[in-house]
Amino acid sequence: MTVLSATPLAAIDYPALARRSRRRDLAFAVGGIIVMLVAMAMLASLVIDLAADGLPRLSWDFLTSFPSRRPARAGILSAWVGTSLVMLVTAVIAVPLGIAAAVYLEEYAPRNWLSDVIEINVTNLAGVPSIIYGLLALGLFVYGLGLGETILTAGLVLALLILPVIIVATREALRSIPQEVREAAAGLGADRWQTVRMFLIPAARPGILTGTIVGLSRAIGETAPVITIGALTFIAFLPQSPIGPEFPFLNFHWLMEPFTVLPIQMFNWISRPQVAFHANAAAAGIVLIAMTLLMNGLAIFVRYHARRALR
Amino acid sequence: MFGGEPGPNGEGDDVLHSPLKVKSVCLPDPATVAPPAVEPAAEPVVRARVRGLDFWYGDFHALKHIDLTVPERAITALIGPSGCGKSTFIRCFNRMHDLYPGNRYGGEVVLYPEGVNIVGAEVDPLIVRLRIGMVFQKPNPFAKSVYENVAAGLRIRGIRRRGALDERVERALHQAALWDEVKDRLGASAYDLSGGQQQRLCIARALATEPEILLLDEPTSALDPIATAKIEDLLGALVEDVTIVVVTHNMQQAARVSQRTAVFHLGEVVEEGDTEQIFTNPHDERTEQYITGRFG
Amino acid sequence: MTLTGHTVKAYEKDLEALTAMIVRLGGLVESHLQAALQAVAQRDLAHAHQIVRDDDRIDDLEREVGDAAVRLLALRQPLAHDLRITLAAIKIASDLERIGDLATNIAKRVRRLVDMPRISAISGLIHMGEEAQGQLHAAIDAYVRDDVEAASAVWHGDERVDEFYVSLFRELLTYMMEDARMITPCAHLLFIAKNLERVGDHCTNIAETIHYQVTGERMPELTRRAANHDDRG
Repeated sequence: MTVLSATPLAAIDYPALARRSRRRDLAFAVGGIIVMLVAMAMLASLVIDLAADGLPRLSWDFLTSFPSRRPARAGILSAWVGTSLVMLVTAVIAVPLGIAAAVYLEEYAPRNWLSDVIEINVTNLAGVPSIIYGLLALGLFVYGLGLGETILTAGLVLALLILPVIIVATREALRSIPQEVREAAAGLGADRWQTVRMFLIPAARPGILTGTIVGLSRAIGETAPVITIGALTFIAFLPQSPIGPEFPFLNFHWLMEPFTVLPIQMFNWISRPQVAFHANAAAAGIVLIAMTLLMNGLAIFVRYHARRALR
Repeated sequence: MFGGEPGPNGEGDDVLHSPLKVKSVCLPDPATVAPPAVEPAAEPVVRARVRGLDFWYGDFHALKHIDLTVPERAITALIGPSGCGKSTFIRCFNRMHDLYPGNRYGGEVVLYPEGVNIVGAEVDPLIVRLRIGMVFQKPNPFAKSVYENVAAGLRIRGIRRRGALDERVERALHQAALWDEVKDRLGASAYDLSGGQQQRLCIARALATEPEILLLDEPTSALDPIATAKIEDLLGALVEDVTIVVVTHNMQQAARVSQRTAVFHLGEVVEEGDTEQIFTNPHDERTEQYITGRFG
Repeated sequence: MTLTGHTVKAYEKDLEALTAMIVRLGGLVESHLQAALQAVAQRDLAHAHQIVRDDDRIDDLEREVGDAAVRLLALRQPLAHDLRITLAAIKIASDLERIGDLATNIAKRVRRLVDMPRISAISGLIHMGEEAQGQLHAAIDAYVRDDVEAASAVWHGDERVDEFYVSLFRELLTYMMEDARMITPCAHLLFIAKNLERVGDHCTNIAETIHYQVTGERMPELTRRAANHDDRG
């Protein structure tokens, strides 16, 4: 019988090996927990600090008053309404466009060097600094197309910003659908659009929603591009209500009106020397976080149901 | 026929049996062509004839000048060692290869009674797939309910009315010998079913569209023996209504299930004949070698 | 048909074992028949008793062949040529076992013959026996070599055995009619001749089976004979 190595297997000390493995596992687990605790502690301290400063200032009046030169009377009505409307426009533009672009790139475009170039560029766009988007929007939307410093422009620039995120997330979701689903659909006689509409998009819904959550969460807090296109900081009025008294009861004048958003309002207040305004800023921050959580919560709820339907 | 909405290609009432829309030539609607008269003890009616079929994956010549006959309402089994081209061949029947770039057909696969070559460039692959159904090796139900899986093919053809769908879904599930097992949970997810049930669901899904030929690509290779037996039994019953072509790497299954067998080897058909003759007294030495386990 | 061996070597060995058993059984039956005919020629009683006892060995070997064939069918699911080999083995073993029984019956008759006067017709019987032995040997030989032509020759050669039988029958009948005391011994001889004729028939069965095993079809002679029967109505 030939001996294959200097330490034949029978000579290995298995108990010692097992002990070493367990120690390594323990060390790794402990290290992981410590890192996680540190991160959570940092996050918690941030939130607690914000809450400590801002919570006392939160009140119904705060939510329903316009900004004012006196901190005690200043509110965020125009800011949170502005944020909501801008996010609405962003979502309405970015989500369908992003899904459509991803579907085209993944299912329709022929696989050649051109589509590779497009794919690389889309992924890179996600990393472009947001202020660049602001400059682009200023030149293209505000002056070029004459849309002005309006909600529509803000929605457009933020939509552009998060478009790559949604495209990439949708593409990944579509890619993770196994080929056998497409073949099954084709085998039944579905054309490409039917395959996409009836089988692929429903299966990709959780992934698409994740991308949407990530994108919108980013958009709601983006300040640089919105400032660049000229959002005002002292808005003491609300945009025209979309719901009107006469037919067709719905109008879009509010799209073309000036506006402000929560991050800008916060920035404005924190820049002032009076400490009372800082408390306002903290309270506004809490509202911003709450709005983000609400928006995400809604999307997570929808995604949960989509996942359950797919199981 | 059932008063449904016009199909996606605007054929009108009879969406399930749309004529092969050759782009430049008009063809008679097979529903109005009289079915071929079957004389007692005459030559079996031919549903498809393959003549000199060639196929290339890019530069690779995968199928070499295949000649084969698919008789109507019979089960034709395709056997042969792995990589011999039987799956490639069966996918030519429903133009599955058209989904991927770089593939090329040569020769003819003539579908009767119209006598049209379905691998010809002038025939729309979509129409072919609307008339020929396929069941795959691994059960692949959609991530939908049992009902919606079976109805999928019908919705694709534009049938939306609930009554029509209900009737056809139930019929298909009966044909697939699955109705009794799922009738109380049509709304449950298809993934709740066992592997064998899922495969029968896929068969029901294909049957719902009343295909002229049903193609099965190794339908039981992922299933246990009991599920396999149930599906073999099912095929035996189905063959009275549908023409069936089965690819299998299990020779005993081909022997049990089919009436005609074709033996593939390295992209060619080495022998084709009645199943009984192939398995008791094959003419070609390569067939003998393969079926008696003398390969390699 | 020159084929490569089975991928599963054990399968190959099982088939070889089966055919080897047939050859062994054939050899056993050949020597059994030889011994029986010798006992007739030499009126050897002791030998005749021995032959009757040896019949058990033939029966046992035939049962073994049956068991091996069943095992092959169940465990290997043989197809095509392999299937025909298995079925042929069962059939040929059965025919050989019957030949063995016929030889035993011949040996049993020796016990009666020794008490009776010697008859000249016995030489004709010995010749018929040699012919039958020749047929058996040729049949086993054809099996070993998978030789379809040799099997055909055996099939046709049965004519000679039948002719022997017919002429012996006439001769013995003449003796019996001439002298009433000859009836009993001649009757025994007649039975032995009948047994030998049956041996010849079993040899043709073996030849037909060999033809089926090798070609997968019935002998053309059989198809022609069936057609003739149909013609004659």
